[in-house]
Amino acid sequence: MSYEAVIGLETHVQLKTKSKMWCGCANQFGAPPNSNVCPVCLGLPGVLPVANEEALRLTALTGLLLQGVLPPYAKFDRKNYFYPDMPKNYQITQFDKPSSVGGFVEFECHGGLARVNITRAHLEEDVGKNFHFERHSGVDFNRAGVPLLEIVSEPEITGAQMAYEYLNALVEILRYGGISDCDMEKGEVRCDVNVSVRTQGARELGQKIEIKNMNSFSGVRRALEHEIPRQIEVLQKGGPLTQETRRWDDAGGLTETMRSKEMAHDYRYFPEPDLMPLAPAPAWVEEVARRVVELPLAKKQRLMSKYQLPASDAQTFVWDRALGDYFEHLAPRSKNPKAAANWIINNLRAKLAASGATLAELNFKPEYILDLMELVESRQISGTMAQQVFAEMFETGGAPNLIVKEKGWAQVSDAAAIEALCDQALAAHPGPVADYKAGKAAALNFLKGQVMKLSKGKANPNLAGEILEKKLK
Amino acid sequence: MPGNFDVQYVARLARIALTPAEQEKFGAQLSHILGYIEKLNQLDVAGIEPTAHTVPLVNVARPDEVRPSLTNEEALRNAPAKANGLFVVPKIVE
Repeated sequence: MSYEAVIGLETHVQLKTKSKMWCGCANQFGAPPNSNVCPVCLGLPGVLPVANEEALRLTALTGLLLQGVLPPYAKFDRKNYFYPDMPKNYQITQFDKPSSVGGFVEFECHGGLARVNITRAHLEEDVGKNFHFERHSGVDFNRAGVPLLEIVSEPEITGAQMAYEYLNALVEILRYGGISDCDMEKGEVRCDVNVSVRTQGARELGQKIEIKNMNSFSGVRRALEHEIPRQIEVLQKGGPLTQETRRWDDAGGLTETMRSKEMAHDYRYFPEPDLMPLAPAPAWVEEVARRVVELPLAKKQRLMSKYQLPASDAQTFVWDRALGDYFEHLAPRSKNPKAAANWIINNLRAKLAASGATLAELNFKPEYILDLMELVESRQISGTMAQQVFAEMFETGGAPNLIVKEKGWAQVSDAAAIEALCDQALAAHPGPVADYKAGKAAALNFLKGQVMKLSKGKANPNLAGEILEKKLK
Repeated sequence: MPGNFDVQYVARLARIALTPAEQEKFGAQLSHILGYIEKLNQLDVAGIEPTAHTVPLVNVARPDEVRPSLTNEEALRNAPAKANGLFVVPKIVE
């Protein structure tokens, strides 16, 4: 019997706001413990929360980017539970009336396009951070009350790799939209995984296992690569699977039980009386909609079709937005956008990486790249010489044609001058000459190289090759 | 369901330990309160839309601006135990 996995993901992302969700404390990572706290986010008696309007906008913007629906009515609820990192003993969240419903994420997977539908995206607050010592635990509430968006997928993911690709595509969309930096190192993205297995084609879902609080996407993939076969094995042995929460032990490479269903929480949700409901007005939604950006996948597809870029180049420009913008600034005016992309990715990016500079710090005009390409195109310099001109231009910010003139690097296409160099090369290397005459065609390249060297890179390489060939006949 | 009120369950959710005598006492009192609230069921609510809020107010929000926080010292002033700027609590075990 063959089995299939059914996976749904709940992804939590911290919103990119200046202040927290319900109070004016800074939403800031890495501050000294309990320094961004106030009576509201410490849950002291008698305080009242007030919603951060930018967090409301970013939530609506997420709904629009995912092409979901923004319901005309949304509200906040209290989710009651006791845990030291939750000072109020309830988390403010959206239970039955979330701010965004539906939508989807489309992404490349297994060589094709995949789509995972989104159930909902709701706004809530993050909790404090626990530190564990030998005999006690310590709590830092700087993170408590940071706006947190939970994006819930439909259980439509069928494997570990697909889950991984979905998560990467989702955070790329959120980064593009300015919703969140999604910095995994800072814990800005966390994920709960729901996974069950069933016999292939069965309509009913199997017993759901939840893996809590994953903080890396490769961890999610590894956990699923472990958990799916584990569940299948239990079923094959005829054993029952019980609904439970498991923890992923990354070092050990296995999942283990955290709490079973009998211990499941009863959250006793009820409407948050301190916060008024949300009824997004059309004008407000319109204002948010102005912040909608082109999605990463759409951008990649457009770069490929409009400029005939290979998928890898287009992907590079999607991942590195500044570099992509640089390319798109030049591409419409370039006779050969694909070659311009090559210059930007292979030369410019390498130089930037080596020098540690950013695009904004470049001291030459972007248009100089087009000028440089034109010099090669019109055979005023060779491709090899172009590298040298580029290096000089990167260094000094000078215009390529001026650099060529000043340095005397213009390509020499004067047949007589090249012929003299060819004679010199042939006389100096009788071995390769003999090799060539004996039928070793590759020896010509060596000789050509010598001519280029003698000309300090300025000889027209094609012409040099032709003349050498003629002389060796 | 006043008669079926599970005081032990509610006490466990609230992390409160009750003696058998307390269970009986509070169970009866809470059942009584629930019975009182049951009276609302006598109200004819046909044609009334359910609502989570009774105040006709929506979209109350504040601008995204940082305001001064408490100092660490102030924040921890009432903490029964503190160390290294943290609130110290009994060891948390999942």
